[in-house]
Amino acid sequence: MSLAEAPPRDHAPAVRSLNFQDFMDPSNREEEWKFTPLERISGLLEPIGSASGIGWASTSPYVSEVAIDDPRLHDSWTPTDRVGAVARGAVTKAILIDVPKDIVVDGSIVVDLKALAAVSYAHIEVVVGEFSSATVVIRHDVSADVVGNLVVQAGAESDVKVLSVLDGDATGRQLWQWHTIVGRNATSFGLSIALGGEVVRMVPSVEYSAPGGSAVMLGAFLADGSQYQEHRLFVDHAQPNCTSYVAYKGALAGGTAHTVWVGDVLVRRAATGIETYEMNRNLLLADGPRADSVPNLELETGDVVGAGHASTTGRFDDEQLFYLQSRGIPERVARQLVVRGFFADVLSKISDEGLRREILGRIEQRLGMESTSEVEDGGLDV
Amino acid sequence: MSVLKITDLHASIDTEAGTKEILRGVNLTIESGQIHAVMGPNGSGKSTLAYVIAGHPKYTVTSGSITLDGADVLAMSVDERARAGLFLAMQYPVEIPGVSVSNFLRTSATAIRGEAPKLRTWIGEVKEAMKDLQMDPTFAERNVNEGFSGGEKKRHEILQMSLLKPKFAVLDETDSGLDVDALKVVAEGVNAFRETSDAGTLLITHYTRILKYIKPDFVHVFVDGRIVESGGPELADVLEADGYERFTSASV
Repeated sequence: MSLAEAPPRDHAPAVRSLNFQDFMDPSNREEEWKFTPLERISGLLEPIGSASGIGWASTSPYVSEVAIDDPRLHDSWTPTDRVGAVARGAVTKAILIDVPKDIVVDGSIVVDLKALAAVSYAHIEVVVGEFSSATVVIRHDVSADVVGNLVVQAGAESDVKVLSVLDGDATGRQLWQWHTIVGRNATSFGLSIALGGEVVRMVPSVEYSAPGGSAVMLGAFLADGSQYQEHRLFVDHAQPNCTSYVAYKGALAGGTAHTVWVGDVLVRRAATGIETYEMNRNLLLADGPRADSVPNLELETGDVVGAGHASTTGRFDDEQLFYLQSRGIPERVARQLVVRGFFADVLSKISDEGLRREILGRIEQRLGMESTSEVEDGGLDV
Repeated sequence: MSVLKITDLHASIDTEAGTKEILRGVNLTIESGQIHAVMGPNGSGKSTLAYVIAGHPKYTVTSGSITLDGADVLAMSVDERARAGLFLAMQYPVEIPGVSVSNFLRTSATAIRGEAPKLRTWIGEVKEAMKDLQMDPTFAERNVNEGFSGGEKKRHEILQMSLLKPKFAVLDETDSGLDVDALKVVAEGVNAFRETSDAGTLLITHYTRILKYIKPDFVHVFVDGRIVESGGPELADVLEADGYERFTSASV
């Protein structure tokens, strides 16, 4: 092998296409479908005639529905897996959140999705122009099946936050690709909350279109019953002097729940001076559930500022419980403190306090913890 | 005045090799205001005594009793014991990621006092207690025991004691892992607490070093799961000079 020849890349997507037939039939023998219970997503791997486009609601003037060939949409993004291609091939319209350049949007742009049929296809694009700043909250609808693509373009020097909230007691299947293109010196923040949905497969990816970009990808998920949740991330460093930080926290509460976190980071030869770190921690609150956690770091250059990963899956620590109880704190409150503490570093990044409390409240409700004033929400300044 | 009374206490732990008896008939009575030092060699079971008083689930009490002013401590859950007025300063306090010291202290104080302390007086109270222990104010924003040095962990334990104001405090090798300066600060904290609260203190230690700074009223030699000799402070001097050998050979 000559030096000019790049070594084979294990984790970069092998196929990019708008046509689902260009992708092989998924099989558990392939790495990207290794964990997914394919029998539970049957019917979603090829287009369905009776499917609908996704419905939506938003009060923000930056949100509109446009034709899928609208020039403001990203012209070269293509799905990297079969379900993404099914959705992309089926949609005729896109939900566009379009923030022109030099605009600072106050508050959050909230988009509520609405499943209009047993299966809905979605295409959402967030386009934030140069020097602009915006926070977008996508509230998913888990009452039915949704297959969708979310594309985020963070323009040069922009500051873009996208929060994806999958919540609800219903049992829809949710399969999403979520691709972010980070512009020159732009700051991108993505937070994926997954509480509801019977089968959830989130495939977030990040690329940098110019040097100096920064991407933070955080996640908090909770699974119980028969829920399957997969978060499969790919960070593609091909530009110099960029940073990526990935942190996903998951709690597995009971039943036969299964969560999968795969974090692939590829640092290409040109991506000198980058810094990357990825982390996944899972908290097992019962004996039945299973958590898989697979970090992968591929370095094609050693000329980086830092590169690392960490992954742990642990049981609820009885010594923590004993310590808190020995300070008079009842067991119920002590458990709540530990779970809040576990999610604290991820949830504290939600700047919208109402949303943060809502998500925390939902997590505690799902864990059978009543909301209590006995536990402070955050630090108390002393 | 309060009384903590331990009578013929036997406790065991389940290991892979079977059940192992660690406490073999402990008798000890502590009254308010008294300082009892329990001293013993490694593996004598003195830390087990501390854990059994606090109610650690790892140990099974097979016979005997612990009462606090007549109330059956062994029938109480761990948190009930704390609310009844018992406190254990741990040798190895655990980390609680994501839970700040200030949140933890306030949640504890709320549980022990039965109502949330008034915010304004509480903040002053915590600041004052931290100052007494020479702790930096930023300490309150850190996560419980996360990344604390040995000295910080022990100060944090004493801080909790002074805020939670127990009737009886058990200090499990609070002196271990401290340099002399930290030891003095911690000892001052313990002394100040006794003077202001009239609490009873059970000081569990391996070394006589801390007894230079905390004067015990009673010293007990703990060997092989029970107290083999009790006396006044002078007993500590004997241990300082001769070590535990006389007691360990006598007990076999």
